[in-house]
Amino acid sequence: MSNDLTDRVISVIAKTQRIPKEKITPESTFEELGLDSLDSVNILFALEEEFQISIPDEDTREIRSVGQMIEGIGKLVAASGGAS
Amino acid sequence: MGLRRVVVTGLGVISALGRDRAAFWDALREGRSGIGPIEAVDCSQLRFRNGAEVRGYNPDDYLDPKESGFLDRFAQFSLIAAREAVADAGIEWTPELRESAAVVTGSCVGGQCTQDQGFVDLYLERRPRVHPLTIPRTMANAGASRISLEYGLHGPVYTISTACSSSNHAIGQAFWLVRQGISDLAITGGSEAPFSMGLLKAWEALRVVSPDTCRPFCRDRRGMILGEGAAMLVLETLEAALARGARIYAEVAGFGMSSDAHHITQPSVEGPARAMRMALADGGIAPEAVGYINAHGTGTPANDPTETRAIREVFGKHAERLAVSSTKSMHGHALGAAGGLEAAATVLALHHGVLPPTANFTEPDPECDLDYVPNAARPAQAEYALSNSFAFGGLNAVVAFRRWNGA
Repeated sequence: MSNDLTDRVISVIAKTQRIPKEKITPESTFEELGLDSLDSVNILFALEEEFQISIPDEDTREIRSVGQMIEGIGKLVAASGGAS
Repeated sequence: MGLRRVVVTGLGVISALGRDRAAFWDALREGRSGIGPIEAVDCSQLRFRNGAEVRGYNPDDYLDPKESGFLDRFAQFSLIAAREAVADAGIEWTPELRESAAVVTGSCVGGQCTQDQGFVDLYLERRPRVHPLTIPRTMANAGASRISLEYGLHGPVYTISTACSSSNHAIGQAFWLVRQGISDLAITGGSEAPFSMGLLKAWEALRVVSPDTCRPFCRDRRGMILGEGAAMLVLETLEAALARGARIYAEVAGFGMSSDAHHITQPSVEGPARAMRMALADGGIAPEAVGYINAHGTGTPANDPTETRAIREVFGKHAERLAVSSTKSMHGHALGAAGGLEAAATVLALHHGVLPPTANFTEPDPECDLDYVPNAARPAQAEYALSNSFAFGGLNAVVAFRRWNGA
């Protein structure tokens, strides 16, 4: 996964959740970051805006970490023709 | 268990008259109106320009930024008023108190600004999605639920939506919950934040909003002025308040409600009169013991003479000796929060022995022939006072309060 995409996803999480960016890594779980299900839908909303994609509900249910989120976004961006 | 006596021991208010209870009372006592040019919405495409907005409000002064993102403006107001009321009452929460404590609030339009923004995003901006918190921010019970979370309250928590009577229905039911022994304490009142373009356009279309100001009961009145804000009361049993040495503002003495079943917007004389009579009967109050009525007094052509006739019908000759004022002339018509703001005004009037005036008063309408306390507050100690709310849909709710004189 490109560093650029990783950085953008982490930036979106940091901004929406008001968490310092340095504290977020691809290995961070939502639990470690103190994020609940409502925080998660907020992040998904912001990611859809950032990458101009639509994230299907079924792709979101198993996501528990930043790394999974980066991976999922990568696939959706690639499927949409890489436009971002 | 017999009926328990219920008293008001805490008040919190955020309104166009200022962002706390003290500012609210100062303005009422001075007859100072909070009505001015609307700032939240560009009014260039509206037939009216003025409203009664909460000015200088910054959510960050009250809530951390992430928290305020979860709450629509109306629910933020609920929480801010509840915090002030609970601190004012000096409540010390125990597990037993939390177990039964109630939160009963009124709101007419709930998270209107959030919903309006969603429609702008969808239909105007053509965006493919709306904010993910649109549902929890918009729900009318958002304020009540957030208050229950604040203090960990597990008793009856709900929100009543009966247009302009919402808060009075809420206060009346909270009163009955405590009186009946279902809850030992209740936080009750209402909140509203109606300044969105969509809702202002809807009010414009109904042609009841004044192009200048709100002049209840005057010959040249031109309609209502929309307001916003919240007011919350802490109700508890007289016994508990005395046992902990709490300051008592007033006693909640009675509650009455009725439906006109007459017309969806036109007021009637008989429905409001019945609600006032029922509030008196509920509290065993002689009509002659009532000294003040905080009127519904919207300043519309239809309401004011109808309410005047209803008061005359209930009080007969005593109507001549009653002081009646509409504080909507100062804090505006806050719809579902109106009864909350007016209950706070009524309770403070009894507590301080000062009757707030009807501001912006010019000359009386011959059809409105009571004592409306024009423009200047009046030192006067009423024994009992009524707070009237009459809603579109023909729903009337009246709360009676009694001055606390130590017994």
